[in-house]
Amino acid sequence: MIGALLIVFREVIEAGLIVGIVLAATRGVRGSRLWISAGIAAGVVGAALAAVFAQALTEAVAGRGQELFNAGVLAIAVLMLAWHNIWMARHGRELAMNLAEAGRSAAAGKTSFVALAVVVAAAVLREGSEVALFLYGILVSGETPWNLFAGGMSGLALGALVSVATFYGLVTIPPRHLFAVTSTLIVFLAAGLAAQCVGFLQQGFIVTSLSQTAWDSSAILPDGSLIGRVLHTLIGYTDQPSQMQVLVYFITLVAIVLATKLASSHRTSQAHAPAE
Amino acid sequence: MKAMQRVCLGVLLAPGVWFGFQASAFAQEATVNLSIKDHRFQPSEVRAPANTPITILVRNLDPTPEEFESKTLRVEKIIAGGGSTTLRIRPLGAGRYRFFGDYHEDTAEGYLVIE
Repeated sequence: MIGALLIVFREVIEAGLIVGIVLAATRGVRGSRLWISAGIAAGVVGAALAAVFAQALTEAVAGRGQELFNAGVLAIAVLMLAWHNIWMARHGRELAMNLAEAGRSAAAGKTSFVALAVVVAAAVLREGSEVALFLYGILVSGETPWNLFAGGMSGLALGALVSVATFYGLVTIPPRHLFAVTSTLIVFLAAGLAAQCVGFLQQGFIVTSLSQTAWDSSAILPDGSLIGRVLHTLIGYTDQPSQMQVLVYFITLVAIVLATKLASSHRTSQAHAPAE
Repeated sequence: MKAMQRVCLGVLLAPGVWFGFQASAFAQEATVNLSIKDHRFQPSEVRAPANTPITILVRNLDPTPEEFESKTLRVEKIIAGGGSTTLRIRPLGAGRYRFFGDYHEDTAEGYLVIE
């Protein structure tokens, strides 16, 4: 039972952390909880579908279906995170200033939070399909399944607890600084997901250059360990990345930071830069 | 209308042809066969030459799904119960590369020995 719990928990940590960060980033926005719940629900349905059609997905596109699927889902998440940050750079300050007012649901802001709901859906979809397959495997194996199944479910519950803990941890930060913190978290999150994305493209031999291992720190901090897993999500830590993954990581990081800078300077040049 | 259908078919098939062409572009390639039975790899140790692209064919003979995973080979891929998959591995230097089944790591473990 503990084994099943650990396997499921390991898979859902990433989605759990992402949901927690997104909840904090959209705190107080009217309707944001609904969007995030919809994102989770869409992710769960997608995960179940992906699990049911696992073999078809594996065989699709000359045996590269799974890699393309994973890379595609990750790429969408990266784009949505980048877009959210750029949008926040332009409008975030006004949002933060109006925090006291009931619901900062600037009509234009909604689209940005829908982007984050898509990120949540993508995270749940990717991790969820593996959990669904694992639980399905337990059910069909017939060997003491209920015990294992209970373990798996407890793992899921622990994952949800990660979301809650992340959210409450982040919202202790004063609202004035909260956006800066979540925006920073989102940049690193996006860079890490971009590195994962290119990893799948390399696994599928769609990207073939720079496939050698850049470094091996698995002896010091294995990314399968609990701390390694958390760092894997938060900053994209991998103990044996390919050179291409490292390159893509830094390109994504720099690209989002530059785009955000550009967007925020555009905002301040628009006459009314509110004083701190 | 006919021409349109032909174009559509061409567009649909093009990626497959392209991938097929890419696959055959490797001058030499080693192929390794593995199967999963009772949550164990058979054989649990396979050999392949160094500096050669490797194709691993994995057949899952169990009714339960498994995730073939390896940190050093940088692979994680789900194989449905009773299903199979083809993994392509970059050219490797000599060494022992561990792989395992993520859902049954306590029993499903094996090594790819490159020499």
